Amino acid sequence: MTKKIKNLNLNFGPQHPAAHGVLRLILELDGEVVEKADPHIGLLHRGTEKLIENKTYMQAVPYFDRLDYVAPMNQEHAFALAVEKILKIDVPIRAQYIRVIFCEIGRILSHILNVTTQALDVGALTPSLWGFEERETLMTFYERASGSRLHANYFRAGGVHQDLPKGLEEDIAKFCETFPKIINDLESLLTDNRIFKQRNVDIGVVTKEDALDYSFSGVMIRGSGVPWDLRKSQPYDCYESLDFKIPVGKNGDCYDRYLCRIEEMKESVSIIKQCLAKMEKGPIKSLDGKISPPPKTEIKQSMEALIHHFKLFTEGYRVPKDEIYTAVEAPKGEFGVYLISDGSSKPYKCKIRAPGFSHLQSMDYLIKGHMLADVPAVLGSLDIVFGEVDR
Amino acid sequence: MKSLVDLEKKINSELTTKIKNTEIKHNQIYIETDKEDIIDVAIFLKTNQDTKFRQLIDITVIDYPEQNQRFEVVYLFLSHEFNQRLIVKYSITENEVIPSLTSIFPSANWMEREVFDMYGVSFKDHPDLRRILTDYGFEGHPLRKDFPLTGHSEVRYSEDQKKVISEPVKLEQNYRNFDYESPWEGTKYIKEEIENNDKKN
Repeated sequence: MTKKIKNLNLNFGPQHPAAHGVLRLILELDGEVVEKADPHIGLLHRGTEKLIENKTYMQAVPYFDRLDYVAPMNQEHAFALAVEKILKIDVPIRAQYIRVIFCEIGRILSHILNVTTQALDVGALTPSLWGFEERETLMTFYERASGSRLHANYFRAGGVHQDLPKGLEEDIAKFCETFPKIINDLESLLTDNRIFKQRNVDIGVVTKEDALDYSFSGVMIRGSGVPWDLRKSQPYDCYESLDFKIPVGKNGDCYDRYLCRIEEMKESVSIIKQCLAKMEKGPIKSLDGKISPPPKTEIKQSMEALIHHFKLFTEGYRVPKDEIYTAVEAPKGEFGVYLISDGSSKPYKCKIRAPGFSHLQSMDYLIKGHMLADVPAVLGSLDIVFGEVDR
Repeated sequence: MKSLVDLEKKINSELTTKIKNTEIKHNQIYIETDKEDIIDVAIFLKTNQDTKFRQLIDITVIDYPEQNQRFEVVYLFLSHEFNQRLIVKYSITENEVIPSLTSIFPSANWMEREVFDMYGVSFKDHPDLRRILTDYGFEGHPLRKDFPLTGHSEVRYSEDQKKVISEPVKLEQNYRNFDYESPWEGTKYIKEEIENNDKKN
């Protein structure tokens, strides 16, 4: 007698801790093997692009913090670069270094979160406890520079909002001395750990060809052996003058992506060190009064400064009619802004290209044929943050 | 192709009539084509040895409600080999159905779903054209310029019915969109008044 077996449909999320946010994943299971995965996204959709169309260029910046909220300043960077390119303004060298320092801090923030929660998903609790302590230190750097731990709103077209406070550079330098030891500690917990390897090696393998076809970027494409990093290939700000390496994986599995992230953190520390060494005193934002607001002291003295201040915070600056796509190497991959300006002080359209969107799209391809228990491992190594996927 | 100028020449000579216009700015190539030719253009860009635009970065639409051909469809491509970016565009009217690129670039799947969701542009031969970002049962296309910023409906938990319900948006205060642009030149109605007076005189 034959028995008819029906495939089981399973709802994974949207309230599952291993779903890394609000992902509803509908899995079709044959026993414990996943036959099909259909991610339902949009539960965190806030209409960022629509909102940006209704705000001035300066008011649009905070929305970028709320995309990938574990590395907020990297997103702001893409928008600032896009506006700067259209306006054709130069960024003072000190501002470039500050921006790169904070982008690299953002990369470390994001990678710590990802590496440790990936470990958490496959059963290791300790790394996240160790890692989050460092994240806290890094977020106080964010706070001291911008006034806010997470939603920084710090980068502006033409530079950054304010100069670093006294003592911050020294403290970041101190952190760079102690942090490599923490990475080593994390590695000692995970890299050769038997369970961690059993859960990650040869899981979610992506070939070079597929990584290209599925529009992967960042660690997802480097883990598969494509040495592609926008900081090297299409350098922006002062990345050209810095010396750093691009870690590349070999097998394209979850474990290689983990290793890439660990190595990238080490490179980030070295980049921050170089920036701190090269940084000199100087202006931190464009000196063009039509774009960056005047210092507070001047407003009380100079009529021109007062007018500039008033115009900038009511109408905002106007951006000539143009269109541009700029991308930065965010921790998760290529984060791009396709900006259409129409000559007014508000963007006509601002399409945000989030790396997580195309990574999550490939979930069905990645997970087909894997066991149910591999779903969190693969999801963890994709490095998904719903702020940017849903926008 | 090493340089953008060479690439522009190559594309123009190979695709001839399929290309309406090319332009180089911001270190990227902008190409205008036609709805019918987009598949051929995409295959050429992806497979040709001198272009190798292997990655489709994004698909989007720009809405110009005042134009006859309302939507401008935009494709962003990236070539790793030559480290170049390319933007392909074409215009369509509101109800036109456009070809899907999913058979050439698998990643086009969700990008096209997003375009469909946000702008209501339909794709021919798309395997699974559903809404993606908006809520289940959502109506309208949010990124169209005629869609209000506050939307049409809002959801809340109803204590009486013991479930989440959706009702029309009620605003305590109307959304105020201040027109700050050049208050020095006077408000619009004064300008019109002056112009009318000038005409009379």
